[in-house]
Amino acid sequence: MKAADRHPGEGRGLMRRAVRLRPEIPAVAGMTAGLLLALAVPALADSKLPPADLAFTQLPDPAQEAEAKALMDTLRCLVCQGQSIADSDAEMAGDMRALVRQRIAAGERPGEVRKWLVQRYGDYVTYDPPLSWATAPLWIAPIALLIAGIFIARRSFRRRGA
Amino acid sequence: MRRVLIWAPLALFALVFALVAGGLISPGDRTVHSAMIGKPAPATPLRPLLPNKPGIQSFATDKPRLVNVFASWCPPCILEAPQLMKLKRAGVEIDGVATADTADAMQAFLSRNGDPFARIGDDRNRATQIAFGSAGVPETFVIGADGRIAYQHVGDIRADDVPKLLAQLEKAK
Repeated sequence: MKAADRHPGEGRGLMRRAVRLRPEIPAVAGMTAGLLLALAVPALADSKLPPADLAFTQLPDPAQEAEAKALMDTLRCLVCQGQSIADSDAEMAGDMRALVRQRIAAGERPGEVRKWLVQRYGDYVTYDPPLSWATAPLWIAPIALLIAGIFIARRSFRRRGA
Repeated sequence: MRRVLIWAPLALFALVFALVAGGLISPGDRTVHSAMIGKPAPATPLRPLLPNKPGIQSFATDKPRLVNVFASWCPPCILEAPQLMKLKRAGVEIDGVATADTADAMQAFLSRNGDPFARIGDDRNRATQIAFGSAGVPETFVIGADGRIAYQHVGDIRADDVPKLLAQLEKAK
């Protein structure tokens, strides 16, 4: 998905609805459409600069590129929040890929790069949240459910056997 | 036991209903906030974008600073331009971090929307924006006299945000 570097929740949806309204009730819908169009922020909000050097170029060292790619798969694109920076075509994701590749090429470990980004954006930026009090339920819940499942299964099988 | 259990599905339904209704009534905050509040401002200097305006030597000095992360290609940045002019008239020195921008486009932007900036740094590859923990344009940061980031404003500055920013600048002294 091509996402412009704007804050989420603006534009697009409104525009689409505005266009769809028009043929049904021309007078009112036309005015509504006009109003909605006036409210909508233009969706084309990308700079005209060429992408950063390492946004779409792999590192020459395949081992380093593999490390960088693995890390990029776990980092959230901040303007298109459901995608990783490896998947996103947003300009900011390109700049973040360039930043990751530069740092890996300079000899930083992927963990250090992740830590640097988490310091700036919080755990939100990673799809691989570290274990903490806030994220503990995420990690513990599957194990707890599995144990509960085994317990229930054992009980019901035992009853059938008896 | 069975008499209690018979209410379980209804209770579960009520729980799910409350969850969904809650999400509809107050949708979650999707804003990405910087985690850099209270931490030292980025130290990397930014070279000037325009020939007639200085770049940014350092974000941390001994007085409060207002840093506006913006771009000439960003529509909400046009929207907030009058408010930045207001802040300038109130005596605030504004540093602009120009995100992925060119000198020509910036010059045209400033002559159309006014120029509230004391300095404009060229943040071509968003390195400074990312170092601030900023996730989009426009965003505005207050940096305290101690060189630490004191406050972040996400999105365009509206008229009622101006006094808030002035208060934050006063607090950051």
